[in-house]
Amino acid sequence: MRRKEQEATDLSRRFSRRALFLGGAQMALIAGLGLRMRWMQIEQADEFRLLAEENRINIRLLPPARGQVFDRNGAPVAVNEPSYRITMVREEAGKDVELVLRRLSAIVEIPEEDLADALKEMKSRRGDTPVTVADRVSWDALSRVAVNAPALPGVTPEVGLSRNYPLGADFVHVVGYVGPVSDYDLDKIEDPDRLLLLPRFQIGKVGLEAKLEDDLRGKAGTLRVEVNAAGRVMRELGRVEGQPGTDVQLTVDAGLQGYCEARLGQESAAAVVIDTDTGDIMAIASAPSFDPNLFVRGISVADYKALTDNEYRPLSSKTVQGLYPPGSTFKMVTALAALEEGIIGADETVYCPGHIEVSNRKFHCWKGSGHGNVNLETSLRESCDVYYYDLALKLGIEKLSAMAERLGIGVRFDLPMSAVARGRAPTREWKKGAFGKDWVIGDTVNASIGQGFVAASPLQLAVMTARLATGRAVMPRLVKSIDGVEQPSGRGPELGFNENNLRMIRRAMYAVSNHTRGTAYGSRILDDAFRMAGKTGTSQVRNITEEERRRGVTRNEDLPWNRRDHALFVNFAPYDAPKYAVCVVVEHGGGGSAAAAPIARDITLQALFGGDPPLTAYPEKDRGRIKALQERLKRERPQPSEPDRGRA
Amino acid sequence: MSYLEYTVKSVPSGPRKILFLNWPLIILLCAVASVGLMMLYSVAGGDFSPWAAAQMKRFGLGITAMVIVAMVPIWFWRNVSAVGYGVSLILLILVELIGSIKMGAQRWIDLGFMQLQPSELAKITVVMFIAAYYDWLPARKTSHPLWVAIPVALILLPTFLVLKQPDLGTSILILTAGGAVMFLAGVHWAYFAAVIAAAVGLVTAVFKSRGTAWQLIQDYQFRRIDTFLDPTSDPLGAGYHITQAKIAMGSGGWGGKGFMQGTQSRLNFLPEKHTDFIFNTLAEEFGFIGAFSLLSLYALIIVFCIIAALNMKDRFSSLLTLGIAMTFFLFFAVNMAMVMGMAPVVGVPLPLVSYGGSAMLVLLIGFGLIQSAHIHKPR
Repeated sequence: MRRKEQEATDLSRRFSRRALFLGGAQMALIAGLGLRMRWMQIEQADEFRLLAEENRINIRLLPPARGQVFDRNGAPVAVNEPSYRITMVREEAGKDVELVLRRLSAIVEIPEEDLADALKEMKSRRGDTPVTVADRVSWDALSRVAVNAPALPGVTPEVGLSRNYPLGADFVHVVGYVGPVSDYDLDKIEDPDRLLLLPRFQIGKVGLEAKLEDDLRGKAGTLRVEVNAAGRVMRELGRVEGQPGTDVQLTVDAGLQGYCEARLGQESAAAVVIDTDTGDIMAIASAPSFDPNLFVRGISVADYKALTDNEYRPLSSKTVQGLYPPGSTFKMVTALAALEEGIIGADETVYCPGHIEVSNRKFHCWKGSGHGNVNLETSLRESCDVYYYDLALKLGIEKLSAMAERLGIGVRFDLPMSAVARGRAPTREWKKGAFGKDWVIGDTVNASIGQGFVAASPLQLAVMTARLATGRAVMPRLVKSIDGVEQPSGRGPELGFNENNLRMIRRAMYAVSNHTRGTAYGSRILDDAFRMAGKTGTSQVRNITEEERRRGVTRNEDLPWNRRDHALFVNFAPYDAPKYAVCVVVEHGGGGSAAAAPIARDITLQALFGGDPPLTAYPEKDRGRIKALQERLKRERPQPSEPDRGRA
Repeated sequence: MSYLEYTVKSVPSGPRKILFLNWPLIILLCAVASVGLMMLYSVAGGDFSPWAAAQMKRFGLGITAMVIVAMVPIWFWRNVSAVGYGVSLILLILVELIGSIKMGAQRWIDLGFMQLQPSELAKITVVMFIAAYYDWLPARKTSHPLWVAIPVALILLPTFLVLKQPDLGTSILILTAGGAVMFLAGVHWAYFAAVIAAAVGLVTAVFKSRGTAWQLIQDYQFRRIDTFLDPTSDPLGAGYHITQAKIAMGSGGWGGKGFMQGTQSRLNFLPEKHTDFIFNTLAEEFGFIGAFSLLSLYALIIVFCIIAALNMKDRFSSLLTLGIAMTFFLFFAVNMAMVMGMAPVVGVPLPLVSYGGSAMLVLLIGFGLIQSAHIHKPR
């Protein structure tokens, strides 16, 4: 019994020892847990707090309203219009989503496929994601949805802004258009604005919309929201409004621009009107054109193919991208260079036998029988080629090209338009670099009449004409003001030509369109206050072989369209006090006097009168046609709406 | 001293037993349960449904069960401990055969009116049976290898059955609590040293077995271990839960974000916020102060159990009391270590706080046994 008791006491002691040991171990572990708590919640608290905030707070971008574009008088060219769409959230639509959709389609006309697509999207997306059921619905449809809201759970009418070009095709070659951001766009940008990553966000794709993107886009606002783990917005925490894009005012006159587009019609042609004093581009039209709104809404494959397949290249802005041999319109450059160099006097004559021979090659005058003795005025008036061949041989290409550049040919003007071409005033080095061949004398001969390697855009030819008309280095200006800040004028410094020489050139140009033997006499202006001075140009796009010359040169009308000559005309008016310089190029239009000059004359008169000129300003034979044209345009093209500078 | 030697007169009887309940322990349990109810109310977004109200009913049921168990003399429980152990073992085998598949693990038997989790039952019955075994075993045989092998087998049998379900957390609990009872019974130190050495070897073997044909644990358990070792390695996958849980905990700071203001739990970043990770909600909303207070309550429960056990005269009562206290300790320690990123996520709930019926009911029955031992000790 004693032993047993002894045993029991031992056991009890051992139990107490071990219980205390185990208890101690437990307390130690509990202390460890406490220390861990302390470390996480006190020492690391700031770090974890930051992580918690990052979890819960989501910053959303608020897209700014894009800057709008107006013409020089404030007529809207590119504006933001409210666009209405209908979205639906599955979770809020109740049990029968299809029933709600059916009710919706009873109120608003929605194509069957769109409904099916929306239903499919709603089923595949998370329940709280808004899905667009109908886009670009009318205001009427939107209000019907709003009125019937109780019967349409989960359906929300939404208002957003979308780009609209009220003047459609008239300005597309200048302003371009916007479109959704593509991966290609993002690749091009080094550090893309986070706005660009927003779905449906649109940026300028071509033209001024693209070039002035930074001004037009504006700055994003931010919306801080609290989201849950599923990304659903629980509440709004704060909102910082963005900055809308700045408005841009063009120098272009919408009325004149519209007239130019209409006058060029379906020809493949370009027309530029420049204010000779300020360099303001009053009109810069390229035909054929297309509606930029098609691109904003998403152009169909068929429509896009029609545009790209069109031989007349409607997508190209021919005024600045198109490069043409200037042909005879270049003769003023040759003449002025020769006069300035003192190589020839105004009355000195050159004999034109119809061609000249230079290093065993024959260079023909357009008039096979020759012009006989010609001086500066008669050679320009009748566009004798041999006279200029002769001048060029005495001048040399370097002086000729230097003059071309001083007048704006081969100079890239920095306009906010897409792919503004540099053109070319060729030099020996240039040819060596480009072709690895030496300059030959025949190249100089060709260059003297604006053929061969010379290439100019219609814009450059208009600038050249403006510089000849004023003697100043007129710079073209497309943007009048940005955000109300007037942009620097294009009124350039004096070019430093001898005024007499300029006067002689101008007088010869006057003769072109006013002397009975002038190549553009048929397109003269009768109104004495607005007489114009011009120059025709017909530039070849093919070589005429000696054999063809013997047989007789094929008439333009008998050639396929793309082998015909380009028709060009440059002019300024009024002759006494130049106001506008105009260039018209009709691609493969045939002769400059027949195809380009009448268009240039009509545009010039329209610009000078700021609207339809009286018929008495036109030669009698044209009046019937002009009257019909004026009436047709009035019918087809309502005048641009009243100036409206307010934001939509 | 055995219960047979009790002077029956010194033990309270009838309704008087209520007065001899260990009231401080009951108050502590109620305090912990209140914290749980408050947190369940909070994670439901300030609503008694769906969790807090149901939990309150279960707690009421559990407390009633505890008092009923407490009223029954401790010697009765000692005598039925073998039966209890046998029943749990049968149920564990049954769950293998007919148990329905849930959450990738076989743990439940559907009794129609409630889901029975035999593994929960085993947590108590194993401790009970091992305590009874040592109460029966003569003291000098305690460290005899043969008499050590028997309880080891009694512990390992249910442990492996639970591990096979698979439920790593519960099997660790059963194994450790059973081992603790053996330790308290006075089995020689050397056995434990050997087991610890073997455990280290086993862990090495488990890791070595990875990807081989004789892989010892499931792939998801390996992934949990990986996640535990480096939660940031897969922040959106398996590591997401533990990372978010730590953010919730740490962002609470000193004083917390305020009741029902925890962003991590309210916005659902926190996973399983009403069950395994409820402690993180508490830590987020009440900060270090709240989290440490709950830890202190748990520590006090352990302390009161130890005091009660030391005052008990018979071997079964004291071993049982500390065995159950050990189970309880393992519950909260493993859960807290897990949600604080100190242990792999093994799916152990926070006792009396996490939402769930089985674990709470079983633990309260366990405390009923402690109360019974407390009431029926000779005075």
